[in-house]
Amino acid sequence: MNWIYEPWPWYVAGPLIALTMFLLLFMGKQFGMSANLRTKCAALGAGKAADFFKFNWKDERWNLMIVIGAIIGGFLASNYLTNTTNNKVAISLETITELQEDYGLKSAGDSYLPKELFDTAQLTDIKVLSLLLIGGFLVGFGARYAGGCTSGHAISGLSNLQLPSLIAVIGFFIGGLLMINLLFPLIF
Amino acid sequence: MKKYIAYLSIGIFFGIIMFKSEAASWFRIYEMFRFNSFHMYGIIGSALALGIIGVQWIKIKDVKALGGREMQLNKKQPSIPRYLIGGILFGLGWALAGACPGPMYVLIGSGYPAIILVVFGALVGTFVYGLFRDKLPH
Repeated sequence: MNWIYEPWPWYVAGPLIALTMFLLLFMGKQFGMSANLRTKCAALGAGKAADFFKFNWKDERWNLMIVIGAIIGGFLASNYLTNTTNNKVAISLETITELQEDYGLKSAGDSYLPKELFDTAQLTDIKVLSLLLIGGFLVGFGARYAGGCTSGHAISGLSNLQLPSLIAVIGFFIGGLLMINLLFPLIF
Repeated sequence: MKKYIAYLSIGIFFGIIMFKSEAASWFRIYEMFRFNSFHMYGIIGSALALGIIGVQWIKIKDVKALGGREMQLNKKQPSIPRYLIGGILFGLGWALAGACPGPMYVLIGSGYPAIILVVFGALVGTFVYGLFRDKLPH
């Protein structure tokens, strides 16, 4: 059972993600992790500002349970299902060199998230603060505009051979490649 | 109540997978968009391969969900601008924040309070989309 404490290889994780989707399908639901953001807006009273949020959010409470579960899962995995204290990620040597030398992200290869962006102490840096907020904004806006995110389109939609999901996933990659390969050298 | 516990358990299961597979790591997303590793492609590809097989099986055998309900395998509305523009904006954010909506929550639990800013940004983004929805090409 020692493998469980090591990072899980792709051929374990991928099939388990498919299993998650099928469990939800059997429960009569669709796998998608971004719709809950709309539910939260509705629960916070956004229905007063836009019709898009005028629906009975209580019908979508199951979605919020998944979110709470995901938070608990992250807690359990990072505290009890790991060998190391810093949860470092086994990215390739090439990636580590790039991040350290080109972008000054010295924590590459030695932590789960770049400390330069996600350490609480960094939040006094207005640039870091803006990057996190803008990144989140684009994820939320883009996911709703495209009608789904990685789970909704790349896994659920493509599994169901939906052409719109293929277009969305191509969009995800155009955006991601632009950000990392063209915008990162300008930002960092 | 039983149902909510089932959803909570599925969420916990999913959260553990996201963290342990490192799909919730900013570094893995960066690496994917640099084509420096097969890891993320392996995760998405194998999930998708099994997903396609399973969904086709469900359709051919007309398998029902619990309680005899129809499976939620809805067709998506055809459009190009909506999925392409929305997709590109999402991709820009995904790469910058290094997290998509699932992993964001996982990282809150893993002890990275800064990620709450990303979640807050995503909530604002969702809200702003709702405000301007009628003015955007769909």
